[in-house]
Amino acid sequence: MTATLPAAGRSPVRRLAGLLHRRPRLRLSLLLTAPLLWLAVLYLGSLAILFISAFWTTNSFTSEVVKVWSTDNFHELFTTPVFRQVILRSVGVALAVTVLCAVIAFPVAFYTARVARPRWRPWLVVAILTPLWASYLVKVYAWRLILSEGGLADWMLKPLGLDGPGFGLPATVMTLTYLWLPYMILPIHTALEQLPAGLMDASADLGARPGRTFRSVVLPMVLPSVAAGSVFTFSLSLGDYITVQIVGGKTQLIGNLVYSNIELNLPMAAALGTVPVVVIVLYLLAMRRTGALSSL
Amino acid sequence: MRLTPTLKAVTAAAVLIAATACGSSDSGGSSSSTGLNPPDLKAPSKLGKTEGQVNLIAWAGYVEDGSNDPKVDWVSDFEKQTGCQVHSKVAASSDEMVKLMKTGEYDAVSASGDASLRLIASGDAAPVNTDLVPNYKDVFGDLKLQAWNSVGGKAYGIPHGRGANLLMYNTDKVKPAPTSWSAVFDDAAKYKGHVTAYDSPIYIADAALYLKATKPELKIKDPYALDQKQFDAAVDLLKKQNANVGEYWSDYLKEISAFKSGDSVIGTTWQVIANLTQGEGAKVKAFVPKEGATGWSDTWMLSAKAKHPNCGYKWMDWIISPKVNAQVAEYFGEAPSNAKACDETSDKSFCTTFHAADTAYWKNVAFWNTPIEQCLDGRTDVKCVPYAKWVQAWTEIKG
Repeated sequence: MTATLPAAGRSPVRRLAGLLHRRPRLRLSLLLTAPLLWLAVLYLGSLAILFISAFWTTNSFTSEVVKVWSTDNFHELFTTPVFRQVILRSVGVALAVTVLCAVIAFPVAFYTARVARPRWRPWLVVAILTPLWASYLVKVYAWRLILSEGGLADWMLKPLGLDGPGFGLPATVMTLTYLWLPYMILPIHTALEQLPAGLMDASADLGARPGRTFRSVVLPMVLPSVAAGSVFTFSLSLGDYITVQIVGGKTQLIGNLVYSNIELNLPMAAALGTVPVVVIVLYLLAMRRTGALSSL
Repeated sequence: MRLTPTLKAVTAAAVLIAATACGSSDSGGSSSSTGLNPPDLKAPSKLGKTEGQVNLIAWAGYVEDGSNDPKVDWVSDFEKQTGCQVHSKVAASSDEMVKLMKTGEYDAVSASGDASLRLIASGDAAPVNTDLVPNYKDVFGDLKLQAWNSVGGKAYGIPHGRGANLLMYNTDKVKPAPTSWSAVFDDAAKYKGHVTAYDSPIYIADAALYLKATKPELKIKDPYALDQKQFDAAVDLLKKQNANVGEYWSDYLKEISAFKSGDSVIGTTWQVIANLTQGEGAKVKAFVPKEGATGWSDTWMLSAKAKHPNCGYKWMDWIISPKVNAQVAEYFGEAPSNAKACDETSDKSFCTTFHAADTAYWKNVAFWNTPIEQCLDGRTDVKCVPYAKWVQAWTEIKG
């Protein structure tokens, strides 16, 4: 293994190639060093710095960061009513968006995966994906126009004697649902597509009505994919702070609080920033039980 | 096996958080620096040779070299005349400006009043010898040596331009025409869901200004010097207002669109926004209500650590020279600081529209200032609420 081969007539490149060929461990570690460095230093490292800086304080007048260890920020986070309220509101928005996305995505995915003619299916998937090609801001501003006074929403609801929702929390939930819907449709579509047709036939043969087949056969097999889609919709909604600025009226979510603290009170912003991280880790753990993470 | 490491991490985090929640609460007081005792810095008595470049921090639209719009360029001529290459950095907020100035990499900044005092107090801004800025003599008298650009009669900068925070309303929907800020405070319920306000902690001063006129028992003298009682009253007023606010604005394009569509019908604005909204066909009017108004006045300040102070002085003189000052003011939509700039504007009625020389108009305007613990109105028997607390309160007001 360590015996040197006759080096006569070999270029350094070939010698190196030979060395790598003989030592798989070395090959593997060289291959993985860069991505692992990226993961450990840049990704986890920045999360660690975020968490550590949450324990610092600022000079109240010059707003310079003072590197004195203190737990005041977390104390404040848990004792100030407005922070609690905003955290609960943000989690509520993320859950509402996730539920709405699931409810809307399921029939759509069922149609694209099982009902529509097979040669149309790829085109329907493309149609679902096209909104992802448009800029995020363009889509949100389009919703601002739809929801504004006398806009499309008002105009459509007028014959029913109703008004549009205007800007605010409902508008935020609607817009976020629109934005993240494709991320929910795709995993459900894939799961439904892979569902063997024989299973449904067998269920029918055994006398189950469509409703029963759906509840006892389709839903249990597709649920992990719904959970997988919910990981996207939940985490994307929890981190969003631009949509709410544009269509949310005066609503504040966690992201807005981080943004408003970042210049003057960086440690407080860091403390607020750890909240979504913790919430999402808990959510992922919960989803892991459904087997969602293996169907991502 | 796969679960345990993650679970451990989460438990560890949870334990840490739990520990902090019931942990110590009082160590924030250790760093409370107070008062306006700027370090004793000296302004130069004469200028030396220019250094070949200058690094600026500015509001968008203040330092234009033609790269945004080839027709808007007042930097190239400066570079040609002085040989000072201009590098500029646009800042989005006063807080960002303060932060950038602390790096010591910049020579000058166009600071608003809510940043200038912080810069002076922390020793980041140097006093300015106004004799070395020939155009300073033409600056409007009511802009010189004010609370936000000087300390103890020592100038810390050169005034650039100013504007007031006006009350704008939709003339179709708001009847009768308002005359007072009460339209957005005590009587705001009439336009529930369609009231708008500026999204910044400094807006608390607008409420204080209104209370100054309507609640004399609070004895507010300066809306930027509020003791705890006065501050609480202003915050209460804003919390009540919040129930009627449709949205807060910080992006002026958002405000224009809200007034155009009718989502907002009444609220604070700037002259330039009012002009643009009218220009887009909306029926709006903007004015200074009878209680007066808050406003902003920007000042070019020199860094105490400036590496290119001579080019910095040349820039300050250039930016308030009549022609350039007129150009900037028209481009940005504000009142110029140089009296002679009014003859150089392309729109001859510009200075009238923006009330540039109207001393009586500006008497009613309380320019943005940085609230500090040492009361700015001269009271020594109480402590005033510092800006950091204003920021916290603003978050609570919005809920």
